Amino acid sequence: MADQPLIDVTVHSPPGSAGVPPAKIAAKMASLPGKGRGVERLLIDVLRAGSVGSVNAETGPRPSDITVRLGEKNDLASAVAMLTGQFTMTLATIVATDETAMPDGDLKVRYVFEHTTADAPDQFVTLVVSVDATSPEVPSLTTAVPAANWHEREMRDLFGIIPVGHPDPRTLVLHDGWPQGIFPFRKSFDGSQRVPVEPADEFPHMVAEGEGVFEIPVGPIHAGIIEPGHFRFTSCGETVLLLDARLFYTHRGLEKRMEGISPLDAFYIAERICGVCSVAHGLGYCEALEQIAGVDVPKRARLIRSIALELERLYNHIGDIGNICAGAAFHYGTANGMRLKERLQQMNERLAGNRFLRGIVIPGGVRLEIPSHLLEVISVTLQEVLVEFDSLMGRIEANPSVVDRFDDTGILQNQAAQDLAVAGVAARASGVNRDARRDHPHAAFLESNPPKLNVVTAMAGDAMARVTVRAQEVRESIRLVGEFARRLTPGPLKVCMNEPLPSWRIGISAIESPRGEAVHWLRTDAEGRVDRYHLRSPSYHNWPAVALAAETSIVPDFPLVNKSFELCYSCTDR
Amino acid sequence: MLRILFNALRTGVVTTNYPAVPNVPPERFRGQPLFSSSNGLPPPEVCPTAALSEHLDAKGRRHLALDLARCVFCGRCTEDQWAGAVAAGRDFELAARHRADLRIEIADDGTAFPAAGLAANSEAEAARASAEIHRVLGRSLHLRHLDAGSCNACDWELTALLNPVYDVRRLGIDFVASPRHADGVVITGPITRNLETAVRRTIDAVPAPRIVIAVGACATGGIFGEGYANLGGVDQVHPVDVYIPGCPPRPEAIIYGILVAMGRLESRI
Repeated sequence: MADQPLIDVTVHSPPGSAGVPPAKIAAKMASLPGKGRGVERLLIDVLRAGSVGSVNAETGPRPSDITVRLGEKNDLASAVAMLTGQFTMTLATIVATDETAMPDGDLKVRYVFEHTTADAPDQFVTLVVSVDATSPEVPSLTTAVPAANWHEREMRDLFGIIPVGHPDPRTLVLHDGWPQGIFPFRKSFDGSQRVPVEPADEFPHMVAEGEGVFEIPVGPIHAGIIEPGHFRFTSCGETVLLLDARLFYTHRGLEKRMEGISPLDAFYIAERICGVCSVAHGLGYCEALEQIAGVDVPKRARLIRSIALELERLYNHIGDIGNICAGAAFHYGTANGMRLKERLQQMNERLAGNRFLRGIVIPGGVRLEIPSHLLEVISVTLQEVLVEFDSLMGRIEANPSVVDRFDDTGILQNQAAQDLAVAGVAARASGVNRDARRDHPHAAFLESNPPKLNVVTAMAGDAMARVTVRAQEVRESIRLVGEFARRLTPGPLKVCMNEPLPSWRIGISAIESPRGEAVHWLRTDAEGRVDRYHLRSPSYHNWPAVALAAETSIVPDFPLVNKSFELCYSCTDR
Repeated sequence: MLRILFNALRTGVVTTNYPAVPNVPPERFRGQPLFSSSNGLPPPEVCPTAALSEHLDAKGRRHLALDLARCVFCGRCTEDQWAGAVAAGRDFELAARHRADLRIEIADDGTAFPAAGLAANSEAEAARASAEIHRVLGRSLHLRHLDAGSCNACDWELTALLNPVYDVRRLGIDFVASPRHADGVVITGPITRNLETAVRRTIDAVPAPRIVIAVGACATGGIFGEGYANLGGVDQVHPVDVYIPGCPPRPEAIIYGILVAMGRLESRI
């Protein structure tokens, strides 16, 4: 039964044959001469037409990207409306910087947008707004672009930049007892200092009220080996009326910690932002840094990076499917998922010397060769794991009591997934056809003749869809590893990264981690050290979606819903 | 159902015999870095987490010290021109009762210094709690896990202890849901500001005598240093009975450390 076709799953073979992307941009691009460049000119013209203040456009950070400086910050809302409407772009990240010591003497906020459709170019459009440090205010985008919600609350906490009109006045990153008026990401704040804890009122959780309505507080310390977060359910009987998730308990201040140190040293922190995305985050940081340095990573290194990235996806996806079985009390599935994940992690240790594949990727290339005997180990292991995995999926799909728990549980609607700029498996299982390996080619996908990537989507948006998308992606990853291995030709493993790195350059990259697209933004300072680094992890955009999905189910199903998203606290909180 | 039974029988027993049978990590595994020569010792700046430090002694010799509690086993000090002086060893059984036991040192005349202040501190709270727990509980230990800001790699390795391969319940070790049911806590992460209160209250909720085990570089040494958002290691908040270095420590290394905590194995040195 293992090869039984999975219900409701679409595999998009390139070029975009099955899933036609939202038609607008495709039609617009087809109607324009010279494709990408024409769109850029159109985009700038449209932004100029809709703006009161000055609009200065330039190329960058990458040659295919555009950076637009808006002279008047009140033009922001109309500019963003054009990007997300007419040009069907999605919010990629928002990065605030403190530039008070620079000639401009201000704070800046960069709103980065991206295309996430099959035929669109690999392009980031950055809108830059200058903010006066003495009255730091920007218009809030949250009501128009819900994905901006946490970004804006974060910059209010860390930079003191107030998003005017934001519907949620509560803090996000800094918790109870943080003194008013201290903004840790301002350059004037010394990140190594301790700040006194002040007496604080209880955090105002969002709750529903009414007869027979209960509040259920859960966490931050959970009854299991899980990361910390607080979930405040409001329920009526078993039905979840509202879920308010409070995160950032594991906020370690890593971005601030990286400022002012050598970008080559900071890599080891980037690799350790998240354990189970070590390759993806290490790679994203490296690609941003390599753009700044202007170096080209050798072909063999790019292939080895891609192999590592797929191996990371494999142990994650297979372990996740096992964990999802735990949410449905199917212990055979849990034990087998754990056993297969363990097998893959033991293989990782043979390959990288570390079970989380730390120590393969380094700035400039890779640290370790994959000799032929290890390629053979990978090939044999993956073939055996595939057989056992297919058998496990057969047992899951043939088990009505499990399928019944997965079906229609924790539904994330397609529109909500788009509004929140949800990434990765969660997006694809809700019918959003996006994958950073295709939308922003990285590692081996940067080759002139990249391997074919099949993007898997499903429409239902429930736990079952997220399981089946993961299962298909496991098979796709195993196929890709074989494809990358076949393309390996002898060659150098790295290029030298010389310090100091060029000053005041920006690098941006987007990597498809096991949880979805992670956007890395890095800038060097005058001495070529890290001026500002920002990671927008996939979980950062996906957490609000978990709350929405949980509100379609009952309290006892929350562990299942949560596991079907399988998000990271540590790379959200940083 | 029959297929499930059949598959289970066909898979057979996958559980490891560690620690009864020693485990040899794979060739590329990066365990404790070893000072193999005093020539060409790396400068401390090589280490991205400040685990290396140097000082001059009274005789004018340069000492290089490695703090395993802060080491992330990245292998940077064992590469390029320093490959002759430092080698990545394969020893992973590194758990120690005292932070000082995790320090190894070499002078540039080749004199090696094993850990300073060996297990001399016999009245230490650590040894006392461990002996007490051994006396009261015999060979069983129930632990509560506490994520104090980890990157979740250590957490996943703790989860792996319960998988069919490591199955630590065979050793009398288990993880429980409530601190009140626990004999001790296993802490991962550097203790973030946002979790400090929760960590203190969870430890206090564990009945005495209790064991506190710090797992992984963030918890043992605080690789990110102190800062506005993190306290830089478990011992900044509470005395630690056993330190288990690693980034993350492999499951066998954690088993070893827990058995040290139970008094069933000797700690390093």
